[in-house]
Amino acid sequence: MSSKSFEYFMKGVFLISAVISVVAIILICLFIFTGGIPFIQEYGLKHFLLGTEWKPSNTPPSFGILPMIMGSIYVTIGAIIIGVPIGVLTAVYLSKFCNNKLYKLLKPGINLMAGIPSIVYGFFALVVIVPIIRDIFGGTGMNILTASILLGIIILPTVISMSEASLKAVPEGYYKGSIALGATHERTIMSVILPAAKSGVLSSIILGIGRAIGETMAVILVAGNQARMPARITKGIRTLTTNIVIEMAYAADEHREALIATAAVLFIFILIINGTFLIVRRRSKN
Amino acid sequence: MSKVIRFAVKLSAIITFGVLFFMIGHILIRGIPNLTPSLFGLKYTTKNISLFPAIITTLMLVVLTLLVATPIGVFTGFYLIEYAKKGSKLVEIIRITTETLSGIPSIVYGLFGMLFFVIYLDFQYSLLAGTLTVVIMVLPLIIRSTEEALMSVDDSLREASFGLGAGKLRTIFKIVLPVTMPGILSGIILSVSRIVGETAALIFTLGTATKIPNSFFSSGRTLALHMYVLSTEGMHVDESYATGVILLLVILIINVLSTLLSNKLTKENRNE
Repeated sequence: MSSKSFEYFMKGVFLISAVISVVAIILICLFIFTGGIPFIQEYGLKHFLLGTEWKPSNTPPSFGILPMIMGSIYVTIGAIIIGVPIGVLTAVYLSKFCNNKLYKLLKPGINLMAGIPSIVYGFFALVVIVPIIRDIFGGTGMNILTASILLGIIILPTVISMSEASLKAVPEGYYKGSIALGATHERTIMSVILPAAKSGVLSSIILGIGRAIGETMAVILVAGNQARMPARITKGIRTLTTNIVIEMAYAADEHREALIATAAVLFIFILIINGTFLIVRRRSKN
Repeated sequence: MSKVIRFAVKLSAIITFGVLFFMIGHILIRGIPNLTPSLFGLKYTTKNISLFPAIITTLMLVVLTLLVATPIGVFTGFYLIEYAKKGSKLVEIIRITTETLSGIPSIVYGLFGMLFFVIYLDFQYSLLAGTLTVVIMVLPLIIRSTEEALMSVDDSLREASFGLGAGKLRTIFKIVLPVTMPGILSGIILSVSRIVGETAALIFTLGTATKIPNSFFSSGRTLALHMYVLSTEGMHVDESYATGVILLLVILIINVLSTLLSNKLTKENRNE
């Protein structure tokens, strides 16, 4: 092969490589949606999304996923309530309160936290948090509250690193200006720096929501997994993700299609969250 | 007011790092005494819950995934930065694609892998199905880090190479690639930690067999999956702790490597 045609050949190889991820996402959409939508059409979208009973082994079976949708929403809100304030304030600490030496020690800690597999968090929650919750509230200790605490911890590194980056990106002049006007260090950070970094903090929260809603294996260990409408935060629930994993191993026919349809609903949730994230980020760039 | 804010900020930091250190400490203290030699026995039996096959399977999965994903990811980066016209439709589409891919939860990848690789292509629960599923998952990481590394390369470097008569390919492989190596490497390291920690994408693709896979078409379980299965069974808490220790060690090593690498990167940037 002459060197010129080799150049063309390699350009083709690069182009094909670049197209692979596009092909992958098309295949993912194709298989998840064609696997799930026929079932939804047959069963009825309203019954599927708003049905409050999930009893695949009854005759006739019922496949309402509202309990799981609510379960996912509850634990995600719980994770946000616990994880976001702690995460954002830790980011404030890292970027504005701690000295350089300490920062060099703590920052790798956040990276480590982001790298620890979620199954390790799940196991930790199972052996440490579940017994504590059980002692305080009775029952099994596997419930909305436990899952929320677990997810709150899991989203911490996501919230912290993105918030911290956006806090750091606020121009130094904002800080100096506010101090010059007589505001204290703390006041400046809360009323000038944080509002200026608003969109980055918001993106970090959206990313955290995506992370919390998508988390699966860790949640299985501590959420109790009962497919029923959430009542109190000390009752067990099941989320969209865990519903898939728990039953997929033995599901057949209609039941299996219902699980794929569950994944399709989850996928749409995620696409909406991702879309919001991209819009927020694009807006903040402009 | 200032005092309240200061208190809240410090308390949050203490909670964050307290949870981190308590969790690591707890798992290490409870796990290390359980790292008995029999845990590293060649075979997993009902009497000896060996994690050795899981270690080997994890290694196999990491190596195979990187062998497939690295060239694809790096070549994608080459195409996006070195070949495609700035702002072309295809570049835009690929950007949106990789951004979307990186947001998809692993259970959706797992289900897709099961439907496509395991059932449609009839790979069964296998090393191959697991590898290909995880490849799609880590692609965005490698693509992004390659892109960022390539973008930071000064155009004068490329122009100098062209000026000396080198072709485009030669410039990319001999001049640009060596400079971008640390950046690409950091993407690869990130991928390794993602693969090692993965469970939801693997349970229905790689499966959970307890043997070391002896071909592309046989099933196995990674360390993380091993830990998940043990935790759900609830019978082998000691072995779960021990597996947790190994996982933490691997992640710790990966983190130290990537910190060293990024320090090196920032130093180089400062020197310029």
